[in-house]
Amino acid sequence: MLVSLKWLRDYIDVELTPEEIAAKLTMAGLEVDSIDRITPGFCGVVVAKILSVKPHPNADKLSLCKVSTGEQVFPVVCGAKNIDAGDIVPLAKVGATIPGGYTIKSSRLRGEISEGMLCSEEELGIGEDTTGIMMLPGNLKLGEDLTVALNLEDVALEISITPNRSDCLSMIGIAREIAAMTGGKIRYPDIKFDESEEDIATLTSVDILDPGLCPRYTARLIKDIEIRPSPAWIRMRLEAAGLRSINNIVDVTNFVMMEYGQPLHAFNFRSLEEGRIVVRGATEGEKFVSLDEKPRTLSANTLMICDGVKPVAVAGIMGGLESEVEEDTKDVLLESAYFNPSSIRKSARSMGMGTDAAFRFERGIDPEGIVRALDRAAQMIADLSGGSICKGYIDEYPRKMEMVRDIPLRPETLNRVLGTQISAGEMKDIFEKLEMTVKDNKEGGYLVTPPTFRVDISREVDLTEEIARIHGYGNIPTSLPELSSGTGTLNNKRILENRIRTIFNGYGYSEVINYSFTTPSSADVLGLNINDEGRRVIKLKDPLSEEMSVMRTGLVYGLLETMKKNVSAGSYDLRIFEMGKTFMDIGEELPVENERLGGLVTGSRYDRSWHFDDGLQSDFYDLKGCVENLFDALRIRDIRFKSDCDLSFLHPGRSCSIMSDGRVIGFLGDVHPDVLERMDIKGKTVVFELDLREVALLAREELIYRDIPKFPSVSRDVAFMVDEAAEGKDILDLVFKEEEKLLECTDIFDVYVGKGISDGMKSLAVRFTYRSAERTLTDGEVDRAHDRLVKKIVEHTGAKIRGLEI
Amino acid sequence: MKKALEDLRRKADEEIRSAKTGEEFLDIKTRYLGRKGLLTDLLRGLKDVAPEEKPVLGKLSNDIKNSLLKKIEKTLEDITSGEKHRSLRKDRIDVTLPGRGVRYGKIHPVTRVEGEICDIFSTLGFSVVEGPEIELAYYNFEALNIPEDHPARDIHDTFYVTDNVVLRTHTSPVQIRTMEKQSPPVRIISPGKVYRPDSDISHTPMFHQVEGLLVDRDVTFGDLKGVLTSFLQQVFGSDTILRFRPSFFPFTEPSAEVDIQCVMCRGAGCRLCGHSGWIEILGCGMVDPEVFKTVNYDTEKISGFAFGLGVERIAMLKYGISDIRLFFENDRKFLEQF
Repeated sequence: MLVSLKWLRDYIDVELTPEEIAAKLTMAGLEVDSIDRITPGFCGVVVAKILSVKPHPNADKLSLCKVSTGEQVFPVVCGAKNIDAGDIVPLAKVGATIPGGYTIKSSRLRGEISEGMLCSEEELGIGEDTTGIMMLPGNLKLGEDLTVALNLEDVALEISITPNRSDCLSMIGIAREIAAMTGGKIRYPDIKFDESEEDIATLTSVDILDPGLCPRYTARLIKDIEIRPSPAWIRMRLEAAGLRSINNIVDVTNFVMMEYGQPLHAFNFRSLEEGRIVVRGATEGEKFVSLDEKPRTLSANTLMICDGVKPVAVAGIMGGLESEVEEDTKDVLLESAYFNPSSIRKSARSMGMGTDAAFRFERGIDPEGIVRALDRAAQMIADLSGGSICKGYIDEYPRKMEMVRDIPLRPETLNRVLGTQISAGEMKDIFEKLEMTVKDNKEGGYLVTPPTFRVDISREVDLTEEIARIHGYGNIPTSLPELSSGTGTLNNKRILENRIRTIFNGYGYSEVINYSFTTPSSADVLGLNINDEGRRVIKLKDPLSEEMSVMRTGLVYGLLETMKKNVSAGSYDLRIFEMGKTFMDIGEELPVENERLGGLVTGSRYDRSWHFDDGLQSDFYDLKGCVENLFDALRIRDIRFKSDCDLSFLHPGRSCSIMSDGRVIGFLGDVHPDVLERMDIKGKTVVFELDLREVALLAREELIYRDIPKFPSVSRDVAFMVDEAAEGKDILDLVFKEEEKLLECTDIFDVYVGKGISDGMKSLAVRFTYRSAERTLTDGEVDRAHDRLVKKIVEHTGAKIRGLEI
Repeated sequence: MKKALEDLRRKADEEIRSAKTGEEFLDIKTRYLGRKGLLTDLLRGLKDVAPEEKPVLGKLSNDIKNSLLKKIEKTLEDITSGEKHRSLRKDRIDVTLPGRGVRYGKIHPVTRVEGEICDIFSTLGFSVVEGPEIELAYYNFEALNIPEDHPARDIHDTFYVTDNVVLRTHTSPVQIRTMEKQSPPVRIISPGKVYRPDSDISHTPMFHQVEGLLVDRDVTFGDLKGVLTSFLQQVFGSDTILRFRPSFFPFTEPSAEVDIQCVMCRGAGCRLCGHSGWIEILGCGMVDPEVFKTVNYDTEKISGFAFGLGVERIAMLKYGISDIRLFFENDRKFLEQF
């Protein structure tokens, strides 16, 4: 909310600078976001005296003036008729700027030199009088800047009012806060006016059909008004508060809203059919055109202000176009009412009408301030429009609103919660500064009744906050709670995640965090089957954009997008990983949230350098090596990389499922070329994903040391010629099944296709390592074991031994 | 005989002094000490000297032999190692060229800061607890004293999945879920992703929060100040000045916002702090009794405080990042700096 300090000073005297006021408000919970100096829309205009006025020799409508600023005399050509020698007037000197973006230049008007311009109120933007040059009081100092001379400067504080402090959505509300802090006294407006003979009750009536949504409705009728622009002081105040001036009637309703916080509405009385007001819910589908000229179709739960026939305003939110106060309006019906806050909020939101009035009603206005605001507005309208206020006012109050009274406050409880030793006397003092009434409670402590405008206070804890706030948070001593439960713990998941990060970092992978939202088209880009689980997305009702409208079911698409962005930014070599949740709709209220780990590698294995001038292309085995080492570091054994994983977005020949104990826990593989093409990505790309919960379950912390072997090992190398499609792991598994005690390990150390190998075949060179823990093996022992294993392989796979094939 | 020995020593010393190469020294060694060498020759005459002189001359000749040997070998060693050194120096590499291998990967700055926050709070006795990111509106709002159609929801623009299910707007629901399962004392922090529909230079629709909750007997607002002061001084330095000022959150009362003195201008006022000298860093307060009621805690017996802070915001201040969106663009040139 914008608060003009000039306006504020109408209600309270403050000796503080704007900065000091801002600091005080901020530390009381009314955060001041900015302090803006407001200056009039002109510059270089000074107080001047007309020394002489002569007719212009070549133009009937112009006169030649000599104008003095005390130090200098300027010739000025002027078109106005209301000037005479001796008048004190505003002079825009050469170089001055005035509203509308005009800069005053030295000029020649019909042959006569003019060095400056005498201004009207309207030309300076400080009034609406266009009839002649603005006449200034005679006591002003010649040559003084007009802004200073007329005290036209103001300061606007922009204050963030928290949703609980509806009472501070007004100048008087802010003044009260300042009074509570400085001990100042509020000057409330003096409301006094004459009423005409005509009784309002004979002219109109109000019927409230839904007292739940409108517990109180008051109205006054002002007749024979004249619609005019508002005087400058009102316009300047409204403008400083960020409101646009419309006319004297509308401006008064806004002015009083800003003054007291009570929204008001003025109806053109003549436009009200049957000359009366009915407050009722809209009928479903009812049509209505609001002040902003938008046609609206109403729903049944919207509270409307109606005349005898049709809606004329959305209650508490916005008036209707038809009943708007216009140029020729003669009589106005002034409304001041209380509407149910949550109903107003619901309607305002569903209709997208966040007006100043709705903002106040939905936060709760002072139920006892309704008539006061009505009277204040009636008084101002009569003053400014020449209208007469009909006798009496309508006060339909079908449902009495309960006011909070006598909240018990226990000073010792308060001190225990705050950790303070504030005396009961100081508490009482603070309450009274806040206009609360304090009584002694027979059961000890106080009974505190907040003022009716403090709709946020109903409990002891609310009072505690008030004491803390005014006593000052800074004055509450700092302490440390006792550690009753020892040091805290990171949960196991985070510990695991940190280990994974370390491992991936060591392999050169950097962590990324992608949005959990994705585009629904990602499923198509990844070529997901129509029944694929990856299509069971959670959709957002109001997404920021289509690209962010569903929750991700996997990490791969996000990683590919990150890659794409990086490639187009010139980073072609990428090693990235991500840990995060994916979401899957399972038809229940809440989706399944999976914890996933994913990674991507593309481009060169190394930075291009003097070591590797081509950097070496990363491939499947780079990422696989990293994943294998992850398992090794977490002591996860018996992981199987199984081919033909059948995922639509992976290369069918260069991908695998990652299995543990027959369960798929992830996948790894080259991204399918079709996917890369659809995403317009170039370059070989390998991705993987793992289920983090499975990894956490499999990870082993315990470790058992085994003695380092004392006896030497013996190795035998054999090259098997096998079908090109045969997998190394199958051959090794065959050997493994034999449970040869002397065999320590087998490794594939070379894979060869090409010269010397027949088409469709490949050579797998396997090293068999034999060792005994008890003795040095003899050649004979090794040969027996080795021959048995090799024979087994040959029998089962039809492999030929290279070098023996002829 | 004695004189001959002394002469021989002098001569040999002179030759050793003037010799330069290893070969020359080897030659000296052979000529004097070899089987047919000069000293050996002299010693052959030892059998002809008087028996009483024999021990004296014997010792002298032995001394001469040893000292010559020592000198020659010492110098010989010096010479060969010098030559080796020279040849090693010629085998030279450019040590300024970069080393070989993959470059170490980086941890995302959000993770880094989140981890730091969790570590600090764990030393203060808080345990890490997590919860779902897609949450029932009840846990996100109602249980936290944010009724429907209440203006307090304005602070929480929300992504809805259905009328009853939202992307959590804060990690506070974890507090409720924890208190439902556990009786006091409770001392937890819950880090994680949260979502609000907003996107500009200081907002992203997804960001990270760490929220904390401490419930026990006699927990005071002073304790809240103490814990958060300790935390912020560990994050931003022990000389960090902070202030607590009143604010409003539906789930705490009294509520406070904590500002630290601007990290850039140290309170003088600059663009970063909007010329106020202060930077808003977190929200906190004493847990509102309404919240305790929803989890059936006895508000007369226990009290507690809660706080919440944005991880990105702290990372931005720590590292001088001015656009929050950079965190989720994952540009390699950004990531590699952490």
